[in-house]
Amino acid sequence: MIHTRGLTKDFVVSRTETVHAVRGIDLDIAPGELVAVLGPNGAGKSTTMRMLTTLIRPTSGTATVAGVDVVAEPSTVRRNIGYVGQGNGAGHQQRAADELTMQGQVYGLDRAAARRRTGELLDALDLTTLARRKVGDLSGGQRRRLDVALGLVHAPRLLFLDEPTTGLDPHNRANLWEHITRLRAEHDMTIVLTTHYLDEADTMAERVVVVDHGQVIADDTADGLKRTLAGDRVVLTVAVGGTAARVATIVETLPGARDVSVDGDRVEARVADAAAAVPELVLAASAAGTPLLEALAVRPTLDDVFLALTGRSLRDEGPRASDSTDDATQEAAA
Amino acid sequence: MSTITATRPSTATTTGRRPWLADVWLVMTRELRPVIREPFSVVFGLIQPLVFLGLFGPLLAGSVGASAGFDGAEVWQWFVPAILVMTTLFGTSTTGANLQFEMQTGAHERLLVTPLSRSSQLVGRSLKEMVPLVAQAIILILVMLPFGFRADPVGGPLGLVMLAVLGVGLGSLSYALAIAVRKQEWMFWAVQQTVLFPLLILSGMLLPLETGPQWMKVASAFDPLRWVVEAERALFAGDLTSSAVAAGWLAAVLTAVVGLAVGVRTLLRSTD
Repeated sequence: MIHTRGLTKDFVVSRTETVHAVRGIDLDIAPGELVAVLGPNGAGKSTTMRMLTTLIRPTSGTATVAGVDVVAEPSTVRRNIGYVGQGNGAGHQQRAADELTMQGQVYGLDRAAARRRTGELLDALDLTTLARRKVGDLSGGQRRRLDVALGLVHAPRLLFLDEPTTGLDPHNRANLWEHITRLRAEHDMTIVLTTHYLDEADTMAERVVVVDHGQVIADDTADGLKRTLAGDRVVLTVAVGGTAARVATIVETLPGARDVSVDGDRVEARVADAAAAVPELVLAASAAGTPLLEALAVRPTLDDVFLALTGRSLRDEGPRASDSTDDATQEAAA
Repeated sequence: MSTITATRPSTATTTGRRPWLADVWLVMTRELRPVIREPFSVVFGLIQPLVFLGLFGPLLAGSVGASAGFDGAEVWQWFVPAILVMTTLFGTSTTGANLQFEMQTGAHERLLVTPLSRSSQLVGRSLKEMVPLVAQAIILILVMLPFGFRADPVGGPLGLVMLAVLGVGLGSLSYALAIAVRKQEWMFWAVQQTVLFPLLILSGMLLPLETGPQWMKVASAFDPLRWVVEAERALFAGDLTSSAVAAGWLAAVLTAVVGLAVGVRTLLRSTD
């Protein structure tokens, strides 16, 4: 569905400064996949998506989207994809239903068919009662559902979602995802989304592509990434009277144990299977005469993956506060 | 909900093109919807020209009327056609702000990813300008009829057509400006205001240029509005065959052609 080779985008900011937003991305996405592109702000996620959706032209490299080259035939690409950008696709001065009907006509439906399609989509995204409402008067969650409806008017085989849930509260995020996953099943769609919500990439995507500094630094299922790049951890607190060093030696005997560290009465280590290790450790420590006060099995998160890959945490930056970093690249792009 | 799959539009996988004019029409009608739903926005645009008519018109008759050879209702014959051009200028030169708003919110980006051609998006937006400006002109004419203003039954409508053509060009330039300065939005108003008043004064809209210095007369020759203002005066007076009318058509059509070309080019280059 998507094939890129050496996809690159440089933005010339000034005579002396060029931003290398995307540096040679090779990506293959098969039909039916749901792929999340994850990375910090300014990593090149949006720039990549903007190249794939014909909004900006690559500096070099190639990209084929839905079987068509993005540079040679951008208008054919546009006909074959759906795109939900970071902003609101629906004009704030327009009425919800009018925008959907117009969008249908843009894709070649006649007026009657476009109206029917509008009705279906409003229904599918719980917007029917808001059909005649001005878009600017809708709530953030309602507007976002309308944006998704606009992207689905022509039932595209491939849908791009650029930070679809940024700025929504948890309830609205969950609600939007319910709609997206249901519509995906009904339409048999391939979905590519960018996000900086770790849990979103973790629970929704079947494949996670981690991007940093304009390059793909990891590409696997969320579980696969966690298993290979982060791994389980155990965190043990030694009871008063016990010795952490003694516990540490016990931990070291576990299969797959590494990175054992001692900090006061706390012992931390990476292990192959934390949940199975905990009861074993509790018993072994008791038997050795240095009982544990607390034993935690810690499953890795995608943030641990990112930390392992880059030495930086994705959580360091709030999703809102650092938006400007991405904006800067985009402005250069737009 | 299962009906969605059943009605998958046949266009989803086709590569056929829609007629360009149909795209222009779609964009134009989309732009017109908020205008028609909130007609007050059209009336709001009339406040400024009405102030000029009500407060500047009488002064004009008193101060320059005697020397320039018109008085009473005569002044309206000279001033109202110019005010129609002024309304066109004010209305269309600010329209880029609408596009700016849609660039901020994301609607412009969404349309850029649809099969609508770039050129149809700009032309459709610009053509829409005709509707509010002609509506405003008609209201102004109707308001001024009781004061003795006369609109030639043939020249008047032709005058409106000329305004519409001019407005498409000016609107398109305004869109081009909005796209060009999208990284510094405040620049839009800075440039618009800087350009607006020289164009206005050099057009001889408010005061006759005859009394000005030679360099102003020369400069005014490069102001398309000057030719349109003179043509409008001739048209509303029923002087349909005067050379001023021909010059006005040339200026209006040139503004439209250049404006659209600049607009389309700016939009195309903005997505590189």
